[in-house]
Amino acid sequence: MTKFFSLLADGLALGAVYALVALGFVVIFRATGVINFAQGGLVIFGAFLVYQAQNTWGWFGGGSTWPGFISSALFAIVCVAAIGAAFESLVLRRMIGQPIFAIILITIGLFLLVEPITTTIWHNPPGGIQTPWGTQTVSVGDVNILQVNIATVVLGALVMGGFFLLFQYTKVGVGMRATAVDQEAALAQGISVRRIFALSWAIAGAVAVVAGMMLAGGAGPAPGLSVSLGLIALRAFPAIILGGLDSPGGAVVGGLIIGVAEVMAKGYIPDLIPALGAEFGDIVPYLIMLLILLIRPFGLFGTPEVRRV
Amino acid sequence: MARPTSSMIRNYADDLRLFPTATKRVGIVALIALYLILPYVINDTWASVLSLAGVVAIGAIGLNLLTGYTGQPSLGHAAFIGLGAFVAGYYGGGRFADGIGYDFNLFVYMLIAVIAGAAVGVLIGLPALRLRGNYLVIVTLGLVFVALYVWKKWTTFTGGNEGSAMPTKANLNLGFWSIDFMKPTVFGKELGSKQGLMYLAWGLVFVTALLVKNIVRTRPGRALQAVRDRDVAAEVVGVSLFRYKVSAFAISSAIAALAGVLYGLYVGYLTPDESSLGLVLSIQFLAVIVVGGIGTIYGSILGAIVIGALPTVIKEFVPDNWNLPILGWPIVTSDASATGFSKGALSTVIYALLIIIFLVFEPRGLAGIWRRIQAYFRTWPFSY
Repeated sequence: MTKFFSLLADGLALGAVYALVALGFVVIFRATGVINFAQGGLVIFGAFLVYQAQNTWGWFGGGSTWPGFISSALFAIVCVAAIGAAFESLVLRRMIGQPIFAIILITIGLFLLVEPITTTIWHNPPGGIQTPWGTQTVSVGDVNILQVNIATVVLGALVMGGFFLLFQYTKVGVGMRATAVDQEAALAQGISVRRIFALSWAIAGAVAVVAGMMLAGGAGPAPGLSVSLGLIALRAFPAIILGGLDSPGGAVVGGLIIGVAEVMAKGYIPDLIPALGAEFGDIVPYLIMLLILLIRPFGLFGTPEVRRV
Repeated sequence: MARPTSSMIRNYADDLRLFPTATKRVGIVALIALYLILPYVINDTWASVLSLAGVVAIGAIGLNLLTGYTGQPSLGHAAFIGLGAFVAGYYGGGRFADGIGYDFNLFVYMLIAVIAGAAVGVLIGLPALRLRGNYLVIVTLGLVFVALYVWKKWTTFTGGNEGSAMPTKANLNLGFWSIDFMKPTVFGKELGSKQGLMYLAWGLVFVTALLVKNIVRTRPGRALQAVRDRDVAAEVVGVSLFRYKVSAFAISSAIAALAGVLYGLYVGYLTPDESSLGLVLSIQFLAVIVVGGIGTIYGSILGAIVIGALPTVIKEFVPDNWNLPILGWPIVTSDASATGFSKGALSTVIYALLIIIFLVFEPRGLAGIWRRIQAYFRTWPFSY
């Protein structure tokens, strides 16, 4: 049982990260109807920018102090949000009305660009992002839980909570929901759909930075900075399929389920079925996704698309 | 009545003609002559480039049938390339020296690869029936990772993390005539393996191009395009979505597996990992059809030549340390700790930029540019 609960804690932390990445997908999908494959790229870029501010520039004594951690995080959030919005308005806006496949391919192209660019600028830095909470564990009963896991879940919950408040109670949030429902009607109500599009990308970028920071920080789910963060972020796709492409709540639930399932599979499968090996955990998200697609093609909370053939 | 002009289409038979004009007939003869002569005179570097381009062209034609003509975007092509390559390694005698697998000749293991590719393609096509656009891209993305896992774990078939040796010979024995494409003797001169692969790959490019062209210009092809343009409407007019989607997946995957066999012969040794059979390989195939022109077969071939040649052109012609003229930005560097791309990274950057630039500015790809040039000269000196 001890193993189960410590795996559960790890899984929830990883799930919180997936949920954040998935939230980024959902924001963009709801507003623009595009699946943003470059979300993983934004995650990588965000993590490396945090590293830049913390280690290379050493703001406020680096990332192990609160001011240093928060200031470098804010710096990366602003930068990546700006990059996201700029990409939307410079490139994707020209593609409105083109086939969805073409737009997806463009975001794939952007994803492809991120890896060589980050490698060129930062090479492969040793160590990961520093965090104020370090690597200690907290004991609950006889279960040891890493502080970083608690921090990840709390931070994730804060960001998601802020996100729902924004969506539910601010004018911008209402505008975003209106755009998601009907672009023309939103335009007729005086909502600037262009601004909403750019804003969606900016929000997705900001959320991606938080996800990247938590992935690469301290003893997080994938400690250390490398471009393989992008591949981890791709596993958030199953999360949005599970939750439903257009449901922010579904993204959170889907992310948590996928994260827990992956960590549980990594923890138990090597003992139960040795032939499958620990790497089986890496493909568990995709297998769950396939299963869900066969049973409920629109996810647990997604809006079914009505078509009869 | 005499034909008013050779390019005028008056009936269905005219429309179906493969080589409607004299220029095209001369062109195809010239290309066949080039195909026969080029491997004989080319040096090893360029033979390597062009044989890889041929391999990529085959895979791209298959992907174009699925994505360009049927409108089913797929990121899963790398999985089928891997399947074909490992079938070649297992059945073609790549690991036969270690007592694993079989030692069949080229025709047999190509046939096994094609059948295996088609079978797996059907398996993927069935769930894909319920999915469209966005969802399909994500599912086929998952396929790449699941396939990589299978390759790593299925050690008897793929050699696992150690990888698998590929066949060192590609024997084709027709009874009256036999050839080993890895060491062909042409007109009494023994050529290298890359030159031999050029013959094999481009011969198969011709076969697959003809096959796919024949599919798309006849009834099944129109059904596929109807599915692409509006699946509901297609079903209403009597096109069976089930039949055509699944067959598109099967044929496309079979062709991809065939390309995989040749890819295996080309690389000589294949280890299943992220860099060899990962997502980037799938994206490269998409880049080929986008750059070449989605929904055209000669576009896939043009795109394959451009994308296939890119890494070698960069390796051969870009200096080891190269700064952008005028601005002085470091673009290429051989020093891993300095700012600048390695040559491999530079080709990735160029693929990515090509995808973005072509989709934004020239969605019809090189084929579209070519068609515009043709139209310009057909009506020259008038501009319409």
